[in-house]
Amino acid sequence: MTTEAKNNPPLGRVIVITSGKGGVGKTTSSAAISAGLAKKGFRTVVIDFDVGLRNLDMIMGCERRVVFDFINVIQGDAKLKQALIKDKRLDTLSILPTSQTRDKDALTKDGVEQILNELKTEFDYIVCDSPAGIERGAQLAMYFADEAVVVTNPEVSSVRDSDRVLGLLSSQTKRAETEGADPIKAQVLITRYDQERVEIGEMMTVDDVLEILAVPLLGVIPESKAILRASNVGTPVVLDGPSAAAEAYEDAVTRLTGTTVEMRIVGERKPGLFQRLFGRTA
Amino acid sequence: MSLFDFIRKPRQPKSAQTAKDRLQILLAHERSREGGPEADYLPMLQADIVAAIRKYVAIGDKDVEVRMERGDQMSSLEINIELPKTPAPKAG
Repeated sequence: MTTEAKNNPPLGRVIVITSGKGGVGKTTSSAAISAGLAKKGFRTVVIDFDVGLRNLDMIMGCERRVVFDFINVIQGDAKLKQALIKDKRLDTLSILPTSQTRDKDALTKDGVEQILNELKTEFDYIVCDSPAGIERGAQLAMYFADEAVVVTNPEVSSVRDSDRVLGLLSSQTKRAETEGADPIKAQVLITRYDQERVEIGEMMTVDDVLEILAVPLLGVIPESKAILRASNVGTPVVLDGPSAAAEAYEDAVTRLTGTTVEMRIVGERKPGLFQRLFGRTA
Repeated sequence: MSLFDFIRKPRQPKSAQTAKDRLQILLAHERSREGGPEADYLPMLQADIVAAIRKYVAIGDKDVEVRMERGDQMSSLEINIELPKTPAPKAG
């Protein structure tokens, strides 16, 4: 599974991970999804579009290996090959970090298009980690996308912003502006889902969110301690040992590649009485 | 009605349901707006109303207050006009 894909021509699919609202888990999801795709043997690159607020490098654990960045490449100060960081855990995964210092106007539509076109000749999946908001960085992250993952918390402001972003995806993107092009395939990824609170009516259900947003569901990521643990150590959650969140991301990634997986809402396993009495062994 | 109903507290609506209802109402309005951002006509409407009233009554720019309230079944436009104590008839 890992090697056979390498001989095929690259798929060159551009996927934007977006949300509108900040703090809902875009970067966490970008890291998990790109690592999940790479784990399946797809040549994958993940790009940080959040110019000025670089964070993907920390979540991916490569912050000390950044020499050149996305903006250096756009401005012609470095070659794309120099800026790409090869992941140490997965040889199919690369990271293109963003600039910490430049302002967001450094991103240009032509520059982004050129880089994406170059990446399409080498990678199966190009995952674009969008900044929050609907300003220039977010617009450019989604503009050239073939698919979109809209990260949404089951919470009113997040759902409202997701609705807004879905509107932008269907109007302010290259596919929307190109006559005869298929629209961007947008799917919602519900994160920080708490089954217990849903059951007592304190949190909107998956069906509530889907009914409001009216787009297909890519997956449901449960609220999980594994997420913070993974970000603490700079490891995408799917590479950081088994957890409910990792399983949910793996399922979402499988769906992203076009395979149907039954939708299950995995919860965090509660320690049983035995475990509580005698402490955790694992 | 059950015998023990009187000891039960009146049931609060579940907050998740409230969230869903609020979102559905809001988004129905937001989506119906063409071309994205809110049709920003309230300030212009306010200026027009001020101009219309000024033909007859001397009022200030801030004496007209326009407020929009969107509801599920209907929306209302509230226009509050503060007139001066003794309306000064316009000369000419």
